[in-house]
Amino acid sequence: MGKYVELTVSNFDEVTKEGVSLVDFWAPWCGPCRMIAPVIEELAGEFEGKANICKVNTDEEQDIAVKYGIRSIPTILFFKNGEVVEQMVGAASKQAFADKLNALL
Amino acid sequence: MLDCAIIGGGPAGLTAGLYTTRGGLDNVTMFEKGMPGGQITMSSEIENYPGATAHNLSGMDFMSPWPEQCQRFGLKHEMSEVTRVSRREDGIFMIQKSDGTSDEAKSVIVCTGSAPKRAGFIGEDTFFGRGVSTCATCDGFFYKNKEVAVVGGGDTALEEALYLAKICSKVYLIHRRDTFRSAPNTIARVKGTANIELVLNAIPEEVFGGAMGVDGLRVKLEDGSVRQIDVPGVFVFVGNNVNNQVLIQEDGTFLCDMTQWGEVKVDLSMKTSVSGLFAAGDMRESAPKQVVCAAGDGAVAALQAIGYVDGHQ
Repeated sequence: MGKYVELTVSNFDEVTKEGVSLVDFWAPWCGPCRMIAPVIEELAGEFEGKANICKVNTDEEQDIAVKYGIRSIPTILFFKNGEVVEQMVGAASKQAFADKLNALL
Repeated sequence: MLDCAIIGGGPAGLTAGLYTTRGGLDNVTMFEKGMPGGQITMSSEIENYPGATAHNLSGMDFMSPWPEQCQRFGLKHEMSEVTRVSRREDGIFMIQKSDGTSDEAKSVIVCTGSAPKRAGFIGEDTFFGRGVSTCATCDGFFYKNKEVAVVGGGDTALEEALYLAKICSKVYLIHRRDTFRSAPNTIARVKGTANIELVLNAIPEEVFGGAMGVDGLRVKLEDGSVRQIDVPGVFVFVGNNVNNQVLIQEDGTFLCDMTQWGEVKVDLSMKTSVSGLFAAGDMRESAPKQVVCAAGDGAVAALQAIGYVDGHQ
């Protein structure tokens, strides 16, 4: 079972620069973030080898949050070869995230 | 086939799950697209649930033990989004899911709750997630030591304004009337908070900003003048819309009788106009929209569902 990648300033660019990546910006105090946490974990398993499923803890990685203009969590950014191509704000279903990923793959 | 399908995993759905399984139904699934907990997990504080006396108890902490307790008697949680509940001629319900699959159920308890309403000012949708927010506990952190605006005058608006006032340098509380619809002690706390400025008889007209998000808000005052408030964050708490989408049938009609506001009509036992279909929590008519009431509804609906399933064996 694949696991999501915890992104920090030191590995963010390296992980997202190639292929399709889903990046979930979250924080421990955020109810809707917690709601989608198991969804992100399942996606990590289902998209193993196909897309990078990642999380950024905005409490610890404020520089990344500022860089991408994150003002609401959860915000889910979709990257293709290092470029942001899609954005979703708020909790959504696994199907909704999977549809976005599949459209980019 | 499921004895009972529970649609939604907030306080009503979880309690319905606890009561149906503990009450003897063997095959009960609660459908919730992610971790259960519901809308209360966005609240900064809950102080009106009897017995939950911890100081500054957040909605998220309050709900955290519920899923484990409610699943103790065999309730299953399926992490998928239900798109439609319909009923066949033989009385069996069909639960259609967003992945294209479906389940059959003898009875259904719908408790899909409600979602924060938008206020309807210009720029609100454009800047949603980029300065406009409906969750202070989620997003207040991004405005630490900055000024923000709160729009609304009910309990939620006032409670969240108090929460934001602890994080932000200043909170403008913008309300279209000059009186609040909230608990007296909450109103007193708001009025006694030095860094909350009340902007009353004021209607938000437009939120404006640039590529990085919101820069401010323009509100129309009683005398017709417009005041510009320069803030990077605008929190909107103007009530809720009922989540009734799952009850909409292929032909556009609702599965059961609804009120003109889109709430499900129920009787005192949470029965809808359709036999075997129950509704509980924020989505039913005249709902007080309180956790304790939603939980109560869930229990009532569950007891009825047990009786219905037993009677149709």
